[in-house]
Amino acid sequence: MTRIVKFLTTFVALLALFGASAHAQLSIDITKSEFDPIRIAVTDFQSDDARTRQVAEDIAGVIRANLERSGLFDVLEPKGFVGTAPDIRYQPTFADWRVIKAQGLVVGRIVRESDSRLSVEYRLWDVYGESQLEGLRLGTSPDNWRRIAHQISDSIYKRLTGEDGYFDSRIVYIAESGPKIDRTKRLSIMDQDGANVKPLLSGPGMVLTPRFDRNAQKIAYLSYEGRRPEVYLMDIETGRREKLGAFDGMTTSPRFSPDGRKLVFTQMNRGNSDIYEFDLANRTSKALTKSPGIDTSPSYSADGRKIVFNSDRGGTPQLYVMDASGKNVKRISFGKGRYTAPVWSPRGDKIAFTKSGGGRFSIGVMNTDGSAERTLSSSYLDEGPTWAPNGRVVLFTREGRGANGLSTIWSVDLTGRNLRKVPTPTGASDPAWSPLLPTRGR
Amino acid sequence: MNDFNFKPVKLAVLMAAISVLGACASAPKQVEQVQVPPPPKPVEKPVFTKPEPMPQAEARVQEPVFQPLPENYVAPGSVEDFVASAGDRVFFGYDQSTLTSQARDILRAQANWLSSYPQAIAVIGGHADERGTREYNLSLGEKRASAVKDFLVSQGVSPDRVTTVSYGKERPIAGGSDEQSWALNRNGHTAIVAGAYNS
Repeated sequence: MTRIVKFLTTFVALLALFGASAHAQLSIDITKSEFDPIRIAVTDFQSDDARTRQVAEDIAGVIRANLERSGLFDVLEPKGFVGTAPDIRYQPTFADWRVIKAQGLVVGRIVRESDSRLSVEYRLWDVYGESQLEGLRLGTSPDNWRRIAHQISDSIYKRLTGEDGYFDSRIVYIAESGPKIDRTKRLSIMDQDGANVKPLLSGPGMVLTPRFDRNAQKIAYLSYEGRRPEVYLMDIETGRREKLGAFDGMTTSPRFSPDGRKLVFTQMNRGNSDIYEFDLANRTSKALTKSPGIDTSPSYSADGRKIVFNSDRGGTPQLYVMDASGKNVKRISFGKGRYTAPVWSPRGDKIAFTKSGGGRFSIGVMNTDGSAERTLSSSYLDEGPTWAPNGRVVLFTREGRGANGLSTIWSVDLTGRNLRKVPTPTGASDPAWSPLLPTRGR
Repeated sequence: MNDFNFKPVKLAVLMAAISVLGACASAPKQVEQVQVPPPPKPVEKPVFTKPEPMPQAEARVQEPVFQPLPENYVAPGSVEDFVASAGDRVFFGYDQSTLTSQARDILRAQANWLSSYPQAIAVIGGHADERGTREYNLSLGEKRASAVKDFLVSQGVSPDRVTTVSYGKERPIAGGSDEQSWALNRNGHTAIVAGAYNS
């Protein structure tokens, strides 16, 4: 028996070295418009310690939910599994998993190393190729097990799609309550899957449009707490916050540059809105646009060299792209309707925006030159897209009609499929998706 | 740690992989909470208490000298007086910030009132209906507030007495999603925030 196991292990090791790393049979090409979701079985993780048995199940549950929500996987019901749960130390009985046509199999184990530390191992198996595609060991404090589940989800996603995942990330948003004529708006944060909801600020001031920096550590937002509405910065680890600076007029619409050194925002002066750049090190600002009327909602390109923004200089609100210096302004939206709230994809290849016309608001994407425009979602009032860290999914706000119309956050694929509501305990608006959270060893 | 056989190369990668996850990016531990004064109240209902009617003189047969104040009495110089005699809101067309002739009439009356009560300080709130994205509407609200301020200043009101603030679509006065509500929500609101009489 041991000899067989040893033989198998060596065999699998060779596969992992020469086979799996060179090519994977099991993969999904998500760049195609049509594809079959991968059938994947995620078993409850094993635990030798009664105190971690629940977490072992919960981790598997979070992984299943993540993969299912992505729309790229057909996550098989554990009820339908045949045979016993495989032991991570041995090669699984692949035939058992072929019975239920599972293509991928995820197994894992938790070891409680001490009161303050869990170690989690996981493996992703190609059931038909009979090879290990991925294996990882992750450690953390027991109360942080959800991040392990998200990182394993990202690992599976990446191995099978070839693209980075987006599960180990968070969303800052505005928690809303009350009717439209008396609505309170509070800055909040949650995990990407809606877990761990926490208020970031209390107090009477209305807060709008939070945005993450590239490290997912700082946010910039608009607050009405002071003498006049202004952009603030907050470090979400320490809670320390500060006004962006002292400006002549109201400031809105902040966004960080990809390198985290600058911020673009809108400054209003005598009714005129222009876009400014703020150097976070020198704390100096400089106007990038100087046109009468509305220039707002600036967003840097992924390489930081360009800025897409919204302007009504042509008579109606449309999208324009300029160099980060403010030069070479070009209009890129030419479809029928009003275009607002553009956001450059973190992959650099697309711009998401809000478009309105005919009594409806939709979320759309286009290439950065304005070509290949398409609609992802549409309702009475969809607005304010924000990109997943991998540029594959977009979150946005959907507001309901009428005096009690509730705001909710929705997600949709870049393809326009897989529209889903993000669970939030109260009304919610203005989501901003963080980059993947920083971590050691990624 | 156990007898788990990792493959050689992967093992090296794995061991180097993620070791400590929680410390660097756990949920925010503490959020600084600073008490801040609330912003100026824009639409205060004026505090107006009707004066007690004067007691009638005892043995007079004639009409009393002092009439009780009428029900709709408005103290000159009060916020209520401002709202009643001038009107505190002007309305705009969809995506417009130009003043209609009706709006100009109201603003002339506002300027007139402000010249009668030179202590009064005003904040103009610019508002938009919900049919626009948040940031665009904040800029649109500022355009509207500024149009109101500019007109008041053109009528002789000192610019130092008037500031503007945009609320975009965040402070609707009508909750409906219909033409009538939208029309009401596209406005410039002149709030007398200081220098008005109480009664």
